[in-house]
Amino acid sequence: MLNRLTNSLDFHGQALALRSERQRLLASNIANADTPGYVARDMDFASALRQATGSASGGLPSTLSTSTAGHIAAATGARAEPNLLYASASQTNLDRNSVDMDRERAAFADNSVKYEATLRFINGNVRTMLDAIKGQ
Amino acid sequence: MSMFNIFNVSGSAASAQSQRLNVVASNLANADTVAGPDGQAYKARQVVFQTQLMGEVGAAGVRVSTVQEDQTQGRRVHDPKHPGADAEGYVTYSNVNPVEEMVNMISASRSYQNNVEVMNTAKSLLLKTLQMGQ
Repeated sequence: MLNRLTNSLDFHGQALALRSERQRLLASNIANADTPGYVARDMDFASALRQATGSASGGLPSTLSTSTAGHIAAATGARAEPNLLYASASQTNLDRNSVDMDRERAAFADNSVKYEATLRFINGNVRTMLDAIKGQ
Repeated sequence: MSMFNIFNVSGSAASAQSQRLNVVASNLANADTVAGPDGQAYKARQVVFQTQLMGEVGAAGVRVSTVQEDQTQGRRVHDPKHPGADAEGYVTYSNVNPVEEMVNMISASRSYQNNVEVMNTAKSLLLKTLQMGQ
């Protein structure tokens, strides 16, 4: 019963962790806008979230197969590092830097709004649960 | 918490950019310096940025790896009356190109502002995260 209550909280928690990771990635890209040879990185958020919540075809990351006695089972809520992709340069550059500041700033703003949205979902969820518990 | 690392990343970038701004300032200040007694005029300097990993995957900060000197010959002007003139009457000025330096300055200050904005956004998001569930 409690499991059903916290299921959607778990989902949003995973989403929040991924959003903060993506925020860090985008901050790194913006920080390295003038570094020669730096290649911008980003994650495919949808597939990373699918993987983290276990709805991908690859199966739950928390159910790692333990075929030998010495294998250690993954802790609950554990997940693999999301696969990071490399952004290609939108314009050719003498110093081989592939950071496109317009794209990065747009992605940064988009990601921060969605981070806040996830936060509000969590807050709403908690409030709903508290109301249900209080029964008022 | 991975978001706290944003301050390290953007902070390192802001400090690298301010060092670049510092170099631009000294280049511009020495734009009209003539050769001293050793015959060597001021040489324009340039910072070289390098990515610095910040512990976690995907957290890439910036550091200044070297400060390079531009080795091209400085401007030579024929002015025999100048106290810094050599035996042939030429004065060697520094090889600073003020136009390049101004462009460098604008680029550095824009990058600095970008990083400050990133830190502000991260700060407000973290403050909202701290109030989660209230």
